[in-house]
Amino acid sequence: MSIDSTATSGPAGPVGGTGTDLTAAGGHGAVPVSGVPIPPPAPSDSKGHSGSRKGWPLWEVFIRARRGLSHQHVGSLHAPDAAMALRNARDVYTRRGEGVSIWIIPSAAITASSPDEKDPFFDPAMDKAYRHPTFYDVPEGVSHL
Amino acid sequence: MTTAARAGATPDVDRIALAAYVLGLGDDALILAQRLGEWITRAPQIEEDIALGNIALDLLGQARTLLGYAGELEGAITGQPLDEDDLAFLRDEREFRNVQLVEIENGDFAVTMARQLVFSSYQYELYSALSTSADPMLSALAAKAVKEVDYHRDHATQWVLRLGDGTPESHDRMQAGLDRVWPYVEEIFDATDTVAALPGIAVDPALLRSAWSDHVEQVLAEATLTVPTPKWRSRGGRAGYHSENLGHLLPEMQNLHRSHPGATW
Repeated sequence: MSIDSTATSGPAGPVGGTGTDLTAAGGHGAVPVSGVPIPPPAPSDSKGHSGSRKGWPLWEVFIRARRGLSHQHVGSLHAPDAAMALRNARDVYTRRGEGVSIWIIPSAAITASSPDEKDPFFDPAMDKAYRHPTFYDVPEGVSHL
Repeated sequence: MTTAARAGATPDVDRIALAAYVLGLGDDALILAQRLGEWITRAPQIEEDIALGNIALDLLGQARTLLGYAGELEGAITGQPLDEDDLAFLRDEREFRNVQLVEIENGDFAVTMARQLVFSSYQYELYSALSTSADPMLSALAAKAVKEVDYHRDHATQWVLRLGDGTPESHDRMQAGLDRVWPYVEEIFDATDTVAALPGIAVDPALLRSAWSDHVEQVLAEATLTVPTPKWRSRGGRAGYHSENLGHLLPEMQNLHRSHPGATW
């Protein structure tokens, strides 16, 4: 899945701070690698209600367009808690009939690969054509292989 | 309009009552849509901006159907059909039939959420009941709109719970919002001659009261808020008597249409 900069910004404005090093290397899209202001978890009471709106955490939104498809990342938004994030996502991302199911995930819960690690992560796959299943004769009539 | 004729002895009287009834419901939706639209670019967060805009657009959609239908019914009586724009933009204050609750100013976010809780809980019960109305237009609209309003009620409920049971500041402001809105509650459930003239078609609002109270009081209790006991109550919106607020709302809503009659884009 690719997370591009538009999607990451979402409706809540850019998440990168000033002077942040943006890189699009390694298929990550333009992701700020440092200085990303991840809001600390807002103080919550026993019901999970959070405090001031400045502390509203960021949530990533995944929408399934129809049955049979997987959930796709569509963007992110701010909300005081998960229940409100789900409702905000419904209003922001599905008001023109885009989805049948929504997942909400705290942005802070995502562990991303680092662009600094792109060589050990991805380079070894580049020159090994034999890993691609291109050396078979596909029988006729098999259209979805 | 054959169903209208079924309700009583003289078809004309029933059609007049039906036109008035539909107009009242349409005006409720129209005026509240206008009020909620005022939040756009002013809501506490952009996500909330979009949520309130969505709710306003749902209500505007209901208003268009209802006002279009009311104009048709009136046209059948007077011989001069009116369209939704005629009714929305070319009537004056005394001709509007909305309850006063929907015209009061937005106030802070808590006042708006208090008004939303009161009104969407009422509208939810109303449309649930109207979905079995003998009037096919009303029952079709209600069956569709009740799903929209279910969400409006949930939205308001979520916010009242969070503000009421949040910080001391949010609790006090939510309670103040309820206190501001509660004088306008009784009027919603007032009996009218119009409803009495339309058995099987219109819904007696008094019958919605207990289901409304069940939901609202449960939300307020869970939100650690108290049901206000206002010292006065509004009345007369359905008869065209309005608060000063509507007089300020209408020029803004109607200005464009009145300045450029028939303008399209």
